[in-house]
Amino acid sequence: MLKIVNTEWKLFLREPSMVVFAILFPTILLLVLGAIPALRTPDPQFGNLRFIDAYVSTLVVIALAFLGLNKLPATVATYREKGVLRRFSTTPVHPARLLIAQVVVNVIAGATSLVLLMLVCRLVFDIDLPHHPVGFLVTCLLGMLSLSALGLLIAAWAPNARSAGGWATVVFMLVMFFGGAYLPRFLMPEFLIRVGEYLPPGVEALQESWLGVAPDPVQVGVPALITLVAGTVAAKSFRWE
Amino acid sequence: MAIIEVVDLVKRYDRKVAVDGVSFTVDEGEIFGILGPNGAGKTTTVECVEGLRSPDGGTIRVDGLDPQRDRVKLRTRLGVQLQQSELPDRIRVGEALDLYASFYRDSADWRELLARLDLADRVRTEYRKLSGGQKQRVSIALALIGKPKVAVLDELTTGLDPQARRDTWSLVEQIRDSGVTVVLVTHFMEEAERLCDRIALIDAGRLVAVDSPAGLVSRVDGEQRVRFRPATPFDVALLEELPEVSKVEEHGPQLVVTGTGNLLHAVTSMLARNHVVAADLRIEQAGLDDAFIRLTGRTFTE
Repeated sequence: MLKIVNTEWKLFLREPSMVVFAILFPTILLLVLGAIPALRTPDPQFGNLRFIDAYVSTLVVIALAFLGLNKLPATVATYREKGVLRRFSTTPVHPARLLIAQVVVNVIAGATSLVLLMLVCRLVFDIDLPHHPVGFLVTCLLGMLSLSALGLLIAAWAPNARSAGGWATVVFMLVMFFGGAYLPRFLMPEFLIRVGEYLPPGVEALQESWLGVAPDPVQVGVPALITLVAGTVAAKSFRWE
Repeated sequence: MAIIEVVDLVKRYDRKVAVDGVSFTVDEGEIFGILGPNGAGKTTTVECVEGLRSPDGGTIRVDGLDPQRDRVKLRTRLGVQLQQSELPDRIRVGEALDLYASFYRDSADWRELLARLDLADRVRTEYRKLSGGQKQRVSIALALIGKPKVAVLDELTTGLDPQARRDTWSLVEQIRDSGVTVVLVTHFMEEAERLCDRIALIDAGRLVAVDSPAGLVSRVDGEQRVRFRPATPFDVALLEELPEVSKVEEHGPQLVVTGTGNLLHAVTSMLARNHVVAADLRIEQAGLDDAFIRLTGRTFTE
């Protein structure tokens, strides 16, 4: 199993676009936004926080959404289409291990991306490390798992790699929108903010555990439930060829 | 001794019958061909043998194992080269071999295997950068990595250029010589004729015949054709009078003489008696494709 994970991790690192988007992009975006003085000035409009403070959770969403809803379904659907999964099924090892390895790679890649982001936050912009480390860790992990489960569900149901990419993009856009990537969340109507709080990966819980207090259990519970349901359905309905 | 036994295999997709009562046995140490046109049910048949599909009827034994019940055990004794199965683009040849070797308790030395397949200098090459022939050889290597007793090779040479095809053929013979039983699925007559010890001829889901290539050909009676271009014009009726000749056709400047017995000798002595020089003389004997036409009543269309 370790060898499969290790191989998949190496393959991930060999795709430059993947590495740039999933690992470097959130940090680059932070640096670009942070270079604008207005976004570095405390604003009474959002409780004397700076724009970049309020935006950190969105940066986490971007990293996790890219891994779970872009990289994962594309890789898995391509593996099925090219017969990689089928070849696995001719060996003593079940092809499900390859999917599990993909999720593990996502968790490692997500962790790398977030550590880099936290370091730059702390060193360059003087943003605190997560106030509630355990809550932050759990929220991130569940966020990554819930988006990965949705990604696998898409890969399970889509007839081919092309439509998997299409469906995943729609969900990716929704997650990014509610996560505040396009329109900062404080500019959204109350209703959209509420919806976003409960959608995976749980942007409000990420924000709370990073710069507030402990995350709301319900906001963490919803991604956990989604992980369970989407993961089970994906496992049961997955087509190996 | 039989290492694979297939009895009355039936497989349906929805209502369409893909394999309809196919039976054959494969002996240990032979190259056994499964030959037939595209869509004849060859791949479905071997996929049932590999345990990748469950049959709707009949029984299969591979080295005494039931491919459905003993899936896991079967995987260690049967190596499979699938039709159109690729690897991730950026995986290196050595990494792929090392990974697949780790799936088996007792695996072959992959460096030695690559050397045998003439891939030793490609260990660090990414899969996407390999040529078609090299990809096929990697695929063979992966089929052999678990030290199988039987290797199933499905449409091994489809899409390869003639040189790569010939190289691959000698590899298949090497595999057999190393003691592995080979099941070769193909729609190339020439490949089956050249490589296989015995052939199962399959058409439209049914088994037409199982025999050695020579045995199949001998089922078509010994009709031959002699082709040549006479250097000077002469009376074709002289040929038709020969007892060995059944038919004479003129194709432009060429004559095609069909007949039996010692046809070549009869034709050439007649030509010599009449001082006719025959240019581009060629003799054609019945081959597997003639056998196929005779046995199925239709031409073998690829």
